[in-house]
Amino acid sequence: MNIIESIEQQQLKEGQPAFRPGDALRIHVRIVEGDKERIQLFEGVCIRRSGGSVRETFTVRKTSYGVGVERTFPLHSPRVDKIEVVSYGKVRRAKLYYLRELSGKAARIEEDTSSRTTKNG
Amino acid sequence: MVSGIIGKKIGMTQVFTGEGSLVPVTVVQAGPCTVVQAKMPARDRYAAVQLGFGAQKAQRVSKALRGHVAKTAKGPFRVLREFPVGGDAALEVGQDVRVADVFQAGDVVDVTGVSKGKGTAGVMKRHHFSGFPATHGTHEYFRHGGSIGNRSFPGRVFKGKRMAGRTGNARVTVANLEVVEVRADEDLIFLRGAVPGARGGTVVIRKHAGGKRKAGAAGAE
Repeated sequence: MNIIESIEQQQLKEGQPAFRPGDALRIHVRIVEGDKERIQLFEGVCIRRSGGSVRETFTVRKTSYGVGVERTFPLHSPRVDKIEVVSYGKVRRAKLYYLRELSGKAARIEEDTSSRTTKNG
Repeated sequence: MVSGIIGKKIGMTQVFTGEGSLVPVTVVQAGPCTVVQAKMPARDRYAAVQLGFGAQKAQRVSKALRGHVAKTAKGPFRVLREFPVGGDAALEVGQDVRVADVFQAGDVVDVTGVSKGKGTAGVMKRHHFSGFPATHGTHEYFRHGGSIGNRSFPGRVFKGKRMAGRTGNARVTVANLEVVEVRADEDLIFLRGAVPGARGGTVVIRKHAGGKRKAGAAGAE
């Protein structure tokens, strides 16, 4: 294994749940304020996964008070405390940018009931 | 102590700090270097050491150079560089210098390397000219440099006029890089940001020279 790969390998977090774009996620984010630390939740639909190894990021989109909010997290960041998969979605794209144009009923994602979800559940 | 070390650029990646911020780093295999020659104030009027780094086949170096490194009891080196020595450190010929002896996390360093060659390049890439508008009737003149002077007075183009030509493949120093991490057992040093040259290229890491040099300003490509 080359040196760069091994450096990246050491930083990977283990036990990350398997999730794909379209899945509804609940992200536990560590917020540090001064010397206090608390956990904040960010709940929404994963619309993108990008990059590999320690550089992998994912983007979660939610609608908050009628405004679309997207947040991109590094998958292996120490600030991401926990990732929960709320439900699995059935989508036909790897990047769900089309959701930005949609709202209300049209922005719903069909539940995925294939073997992927039952195997893990 | 020695004021610098020779290394080989491995490549770039990212590391998380304890607080969780993501830092772009260049990984350099720094050392182990061997002291090939020690210069003493009494004899040479200044204190310095010549360090050798990287193995080289004996047949590829001259006999004179083989004799020069003979005292170290190690093979010929690929790179030899001299570094000033501060304080009253006693470094002997043949002694190894490891990266952890020279640098630790938090230090500020300057890194010198040979930039990647770009071949013949136009003025936009070479000197960061801004080119011409993409619209409003510009005809076959998008990446040109414009006028290079006047008319019969002065009747010539001034020396040093920036034009297209060979770019890169020049010695470049990047100043003010922070040492993010030092891995003593693997002889690796992590430097914040980019370092001149291609992966596998030789770089020289020195303690920051001070002054107001900004990163990148020192090396004209």
